[in-house]
Amino acid sequence: MSLPFQNILNPSAPEKEYSTLNLGPTHPATHGIFQNVLKMDGEIIMDAEATIGYIHRAFEKIAERRPYYQITPLTDRMNYCSSPINNMGWHMTVEKLIGAEIPKRAQYLRVIIMELARISDHIICDTIIGQDTGATTGFLYFFQMREKIYEIYEEICGSRLTTNIGRIGGMERDFSDVAWKKLDQFIIDFPIFLAEFQKLIERNRIFMDRTIGVGPITGKRALAYGFTGPNLRAAGIDYDVRVMNPYSSYEDFDFTIPIGTNGDTYDRFMVRMEEMWQSLSIIKQALKKMPPGPFHADLPDFYLPDKEDVYNKMEALIYHFKIVMGETEIPKGEVYHAVEAGNGELGFYLVSDGGRTPYRLHFRRPCFIYYQAYPEMVKGGMLSDAILTLSSMNVIAGELDA
Amino acid sequence: MEAIEQVLNPVETQLKAHFGEAIIEVHQSYDFAVFTVSKSKIKEILQFLKDAPGMEFGFLTTMCGLHFPDLQGSELCLMYQLHNMPRNERIRIKTYMSIDDAVTPSITDLWPTANWMEREAYDFYGFVFAGHPNLKRILNMDEMNYFPMRKEYPLEDGTRNDKVDLFFGR
Amino acid sequence: MSTVDIHPAHTPPGVEGPGFFATSLDKVVGMARANSLWPLPFATSCCGIEFMATMASHYDLARFGMERLSFSPRQADLLMVMGTIAKKMGPILRQVYEQMAEPKWVLSMGACASSGGIFDTYSVLQGIDRIIPVDVYVPGCPPRPEQVLDGIMRIQELASSESIRRRDTEEYKNLLAKYGME
Repeated sequence: MSLPFQNILNPSAPEKEYSTLNLGPTHPATHGIFQNVLKMDGEIIMDAEATIGYIHRAFEKIAERRPYYQITPLTDRMNYCSSPINNMGWHMTVEKLIGAEIPKRAQYLRVIIMELARISDHIICDTIIGQDTGATTGFLYFFQMREKIYEIYEEICGSRLTTNIGRIGGMERDFSDVAWKKLDQFIIDFPIFLAEFQKLIERNRIFMDRTIGVGPITGKRALAYGFTGPNLRAAGIDYDVRVMNPYSSYEDFDFTIPIGTNGDTYDRFMVRMEEMWQSLSIIKQALKKMPPGPFHADLPDFYLPDKEDVYNKMEALIYHFKIVMGETEIPKGEVYHAVEAGNGELGFYLVSDGGRTPYRLHFRRPCFIYYQAYPEMVKGGMLSDAILTLSSMNVIAGELDA
Repeated sequence: MEAIEQVLNPVETQLKAHFGEAIIEVHQSYDFAVFTVSKSKIKEILQFLKDAPGMEFGFLTTMCGLHFPDLQGSELCLMYQLHNMPRNERIRIKTYMSIDDAVTPSITDLWPTANWMEREAYDFYGFVFAGHPNLKRILNMDEMNYFPMRKEYPLEDGTRNDKVDLFFGR
Repeated sequence: MSTVDIHPAHTPPGVEGPGFFATSLDKVVGMARANSLWPLPFATSCCGIEFMATMASHYDLARFGMERLSFSPRQADLLMVMGTIAKKMGPILRQVYEQMAEPKWVLSMGACASSGGIFDTYSVLQGIDRIIPVDVYVPGCPPRPEQVLDGIMRIQELASSESIRRRDTEEYKNLLAKYGME
């Protein structure tokens, strides 16, 4: 990329004339707590160093001390913009370990929830990019749709943000009538809002000037840095876990993977926009093809029985006791399962020694892996572009620091 | 599970042909081919898997440390996961080492993404990566004087005094 | 639609007559403070997203006279700590608090900020009240926007009923001394 002001970049300028700027950890323009120490030549970034760990919460250590079903709430708090995907990813990891077969209906319900979560994740990222270019309207206007998604979550699981949705073996309950109704309303309302937001921002002159060519990365560098998800696709590489290693019946749905060409902020924005349309189409297909049947697998060792049965049936009481006290048998072994989270490949590497807790649980957190490319991406750009690059990468502090 | 063997067999043959003794053990775990290799050759093996024709595992998905206090002499383990995206094949490489001599070569020159992963492994377990450009703690405070993910260290914050054991069944 | 009872601002008790209104200075200052709080959002994690929801059009924080977020600690009246504070972050939070000018209030939003929440781990500060004094705790993980609004209105209550001399009292100085501040 060539910047119009490149000629004032003078590599032979003496080092001492550079100024050091401390961006963060609490800075109004960084969404979350990231510290970047920038070496500046006037307004131009010569070098950057990122420091992270400001909300390190030791997820991996906690996971070694909690029974399997109690790890779901931890995964909520990793990428809190799209927590259901994390929940489902964890459930599927355990199901892979125990070799459980999940009924089709449960898989489709999961797909609906995961795609809703992807939409809500991308809403945050795209409106924040708009906010950082000065378009606050987009944020205030489009955030309403997130509220609608929250309402659907609330109807399904009783919680808005940290959902703890689903259980090992399927869903905790089937969707209620209200949830179906809200979902139907959502797929009517959402395209209107999305199209309007798109019209507001996408071809906006200011927005385009601010984002095109800002914070670019080539596909090759992106792969070397371990990028996944929308950021990798913006760089032109069509890697999507949903297609490459389909899980939860994603192979039944028809959708395209949008890709960009330059890997700059504008491409990242556009890829996310298009993914929202694709997610909407997946939700519509899932609603249309929703198979009847049970909403959870028959896994008495892992799936809590109905409370009614616990009070009235001996067997259910025994299983309830076993699950809660952590006396179910878990096979030994190590398993890796990846899902396409809002930011890329979210992997769970689980080592089980047969005990009631995982022996080791490692999360492959996409943010943590791709954020290290940030210094390289902002070098040579202006300070205000560094902010945009950060928001367009959608770095979530909870996922970054685990 | 046929597909896994298609991955496992050629990689195993090639690795054994090139590195012989250094390939300690090969097995299949769920949908992954797992290779346990000797620490002394780890970097060469990873380089081979990345660059050699027919291998081309060009994407480092993740890496992490593990701690097995009961395995005398090989308490610490490093796990690398590689991915060949065009063929969609994934493999896992593991190497064990003694806790007193947890020094391995850094692979940041093969994959820049290994930079923070190695710093994390150092932070959590105390692996020393020879040749790493900036090996210091990443998530915890610089003042921390132990490696918190090792099994002997407690999870809880030691400064709390409002927890009565009676209520927690301990 | 039913009629909506709108209070622009509660008039403090006083003596009213044609063309004049007399009350004590304390009460006027309290009223002014309560309705022009400038919050400093110190958002670190999940609660920050819920705060965004509170701020956005659906819940609309601006209804309560505090849409003006201040990102500079020097100009802020209310420090809203939202989300987990790790031990690495602790000194920074304290520095932000010390930079704020009197009078200042602190709202701790969510279980993590109030007590460490589910993260009873080696790296998380077990409640921000270990390093700075807190006025209002909002429970929840994360709290709903309504709860946040309620918490902020409690702060308004505190601000409006506080004596203007309170910050000079021995009691207040002792409180700060307990945290090693002056």
